[in-house]
Amino acid sequence: MNFLGTVRAKNKNNKNILSMTIEHYPVMTENEILKIAEKALKKWDINYISIIHRIGKLFPKDKIVYVGVSSKHRQNAFNACNFIMDYLKSNATFWKLEEFENKNKWVIQDKKEIEALEKWS
Amino acid sequence: MIIKYFSWVKDIVGKSEEKILISPDIDTPEKLIDFLITKNEQYKKAFSKRATIKVAQNKIYISKTTKIKNDDEIAFFPPVTGG
Repeated sequence: MNFLGTVRAKNKNNKNILSMTIEHYPVMTENEILKIAEKALKKWDINYISIIHRIGKLFPKDKIVYVGVSSKHRQNAFNACNFIMDYLKSNATFWKLEEFENKNKWVIQDKKEIEALEKWS
Repeated sequence: MIIKYFSWVKDIVGKSEEKILISPDIDTPEKLIDFLITKNEQYKKAFSKRATIKVAQNKIYISKTTKIKNDDEIAFFPPVTGG
């Protein structure tokens, strides 16, 4: 199971994005991603997990995040991939700065990202 | 103590990192924020929505009432927006 997230040309308010810069907290970010993977491995019978998340300046259609999960039974891979994405969005220390024609704006965390975690508890 | 700021907290405070010596009575993030906002208007503005701001101690999430000490690295940042 593979998931590949890309930079959308329009943001949540339907405004055109020129570029996006992703900031992160070195070492804490890697630790949080590792914790997410370890949780998924404990929760499902899966073989391998691969997580890639880019940082720095990106442009519309650029790839941001990749999650790959392999397992004997496909449902485990689907669930684990979904779980990992939910936790990446709510725990891994990344912040997105949207860059427009004449200003920049930090993306604010959507409450839905936190509510999405409830289905896993 | 090293204090790191990220995202819009960093922008408002005006720096990404600083090194300060804190007195022993400043032993929680809450008290550290109370101290920082006395320094200038930028800190006051940055922490005006302190309830939304997250804290890490030595790169691990903590609450605002967790004990902290001078040789820690403390980070303040908004909820994350990765993925």
